[in-house]
Amino acid sequence: MRWALDNLGLLGQLTIAHARLAIVPVAVALLLALPLGALAHRVPPLRGTLLGLAGLLYTIPSLALFVLLPPMLGIPYLSDLNVIIALTLYALALLVRTVTEALESVPPDAVASARAIGYNGTSIFLAVQLPLAGPVLLAGLRVATVSTVSMVTVGALIGVSSLGSLFTDGLQRRIVPEVLTGVVLTALLALLLDVLLQLAGRVLMPWLRAERAVATA
Amino acid sequence: MNLFADALAWLTDPANWTGPFGIPTLTLAHLTYTLLALVLACAVAAPAGWAIGHTGHGRSFAVALAGAARALPSLGLLAFLVLVLGVGLKEVATVVVLVLLAIPPILAGAYAGIDAIPRGTLDSARGVGMTGWQRLWRVEVPLGLPLLLGGVRGASLQVVSTVMIAAFIGLPNLGTYLIAGQRLGDYARMLAGAILVAALALVLDGVLAVAQRLAVPRGVRMATAAVPA
Amino acid sequence: MTRTTPRRLTRGLTLAASGLAVLALAACSSGDPLDAGSADETPLSPSGETAATGDASGQTVVVGSQDYYSNEIVAEIYAQALEQAGWTVERQFRIGQREAYIPAIENGEVQVFPEYTGNLLQYFDPDTTATKAADVEAALAGVLPDGLAVLDPSPATDQDSYNVTSAFAQEHSLTSIADLAGVDVPLILGGQPELAERPYGPTGLESVYGVTVQFSPTGDTTVDELVAGSVNIANVYSADPRIASEDLVTLEDPEGLFLASNVVPLVQADLADALGEVLNPVSAALTPEGLVALNVESVDQQRSAADIAADWLSANGFAG
Repeated sequence: MRWALDNLGLLGQLTIAHARLAIVPVAVALLLALPLGALAHRVPPLRGTLLGLAGLLYTIPSLALFVLLPPMLGIPYLSDLNVIIALTLYALALLVRTVTEALESVPPDAVASARAIGYNGTSIFLAVQLPLAGPVLLAGLRVATVSTVSMVTVGALIGVSSLGSLFTDGLQRRIVPEVLTGVVLTALLALLLDVLLQLAGRVLMPWLRAERAVATA
Repeated sequence: MNLFADALAWLTDPANWTGPFGIPTLTLAHLTYTLLALVLACAVAAPAGWAIGHTGHGRSFAVALAGAARALPSLGLLAFLVLVLGVGLKEVATVVVLVLLAIPPILAGAYAGIDAIPRGTLDSARGVGMTGWQRLWRVEVPLGLPLLLGGVRGASLQVVSTVMIAAFIGLPNLGTYLIAGQRLGDYARMLAGAILVAALALVLDGVLAVAQRLAVPRGVRMATAAVPA
Repeated sequence: MTRTTPRRLTRGLTLAASGLAVLALAACSSGDPLDAGSADETPLSPSGETAATGDASGQTVVVGSQDYYSNEIVAEIYAQALEQAGWTVERQFRIGQREAYIPAIENGEVQVFPEYTGNLLQYFDPDTTATKAADVEAALAGVLPDGLAVLDPSPATDQDSYNVTSAFAQEHSLTSIADLAGVDVPLILGGQPELAERPYGPTGLESVYGVTVQFSPTGDTTVDELVAGSVNIANVYSADPRIASEDLVTLEDPEGLFLASNVVPLVQADLADALGEVLNPVSAALTPEGLVALNVESVDQQRSAADIAADWLSANGFAG
């Protein structure tokens, strides 16, 4: 506790850096996963290929991707872009599957009804499929966010600053409270983002609460 | 690509296939830690998941616990355990970290497997006079096995890639190629290490996928084969 | 605990011509700054204003550091000394490996970086044969690329060394690496994984001292492994506080297996003179024992680099 109080400035900096390294990849991955997942859902032959590729990507260890991306893409090592790109790829691998499965969870009747009353493809996707896929999508997004927050720490092994830096530095200096502070703050950050996502889900999908209230009544 | 050619050359160089840091030795070390962690995690998580699925109690607790476990950074946990337990127990520290990582997906697979069983099937089992234990062992566990193995597949991917961080505390495995390669500026070795780890993950995943398919009871397979027709 | 900062060896700049080294040695024997820009006698700052007084108000420099606590303390000392001299300092600490920061210094993202002469030389010239401090410094001047310069090296060193426990040293009467040849128990050397292929690793031990060892890549927990007994020789950096706290014996290296590695500021060449005004006196005041003491404060008292640096500067007369 004393160690943490003596180093509040450092902890603040690292937490902010960590949050950025986690949020940017998940946000970018979500934007990319929506069209890709929709494609996999709509074009069945592509489904296997896309999900297979996503699964394959997930077998590459994060550390390996961190160290290999700079020479492969010509990114300077000093930039944390390689960590952001690598984590975007992992989040994408998770979210493409999530989006596909979320769209599959939408009752076909709902889509058919929408088409019957004159909705076209795009508006069906935005007004019917996406909201109904919301709960499954949110669940996947939460998993992707929490695991990305945890994966950011591995970047410390290649010198990209985050709360993970407290692990390498703490191990070098043998300061147990430093390592422990890093573990707790990483978990808290994951928890905080998770709660924010849940809140966003409640605001964006108010009908879920209504349904639950009806079900329990 | 030049880098890939170099990595291939490194992988096919007989010199890298012998000795205490040769590919067979380090692959075996990597595989040993992975399997040990998966077996221990199954021993803990499968019964717990079955209990949750069977009784219907404790699901929200399990979900919260799994979420919390996922939020714990493995690297930090490993550093913490090594500092607290001492290097004499670093193997133990590594296995503990890996088991904690593997528990959430296996736990979820275990209770989801039971959840997915149609209500009618369980009612029939009850109807023919099966006791709680009989229903669990003869109906719920076998029918839930494919989803449980799905959880093990997810866990194995994560464990294979996380074993690498143990190379930082002096437990040689395929991660050693990445660390040493990075510090020596030897990209061929780094890429070769990454390829070996990914290959190991794929092989394990393939074996588990086959097991998952075989785990579907014959009756169910025949039934599902009949349905789409 | 050894420094985890990786050193890259494959940079193909094999320029360690001994002729150059001798020339540079001669040129620097008077104690002139050992930088590539020392031939250029006019102190110039990038904006063209002279900075001979060390007063550089308004000028901004970026100070970097490795992902190694000791290096960060030295970087913090440089940063605060420069701030006192009127520079505006931006800190880019814990960057990591040379791979990352050398290009960053070359393209001007970072202007000042605490370095180690021997390790730096090895980065630019993996095949170097220089091991003694003066030879290393001279060779380094010959291999630094255009645009980079080193200021005066400090007497403080932080270099690779082989260590044994005092009990092991007593039992086998060891004082030097050469004595290891007579030890009749199996020798296991612990160190970072890449030590397996360093010239001073197992191969060097064999060829220079005729000592055969088995290697164990003990990584960041090397000292713990030595104390626990799973290895009996450990590659530890010489300024590691645990050499004293764990009562380790550093084996002498009469044949010069290891490169001498003095702490030295690596800087952007065109700022060398202006920065030297401020940093050369700082380097001169940093002694080998002083560096160990700084590390002790970090490891034992768990103080932050900024606090340790501020205290050291005022204790050594660099205050305000």
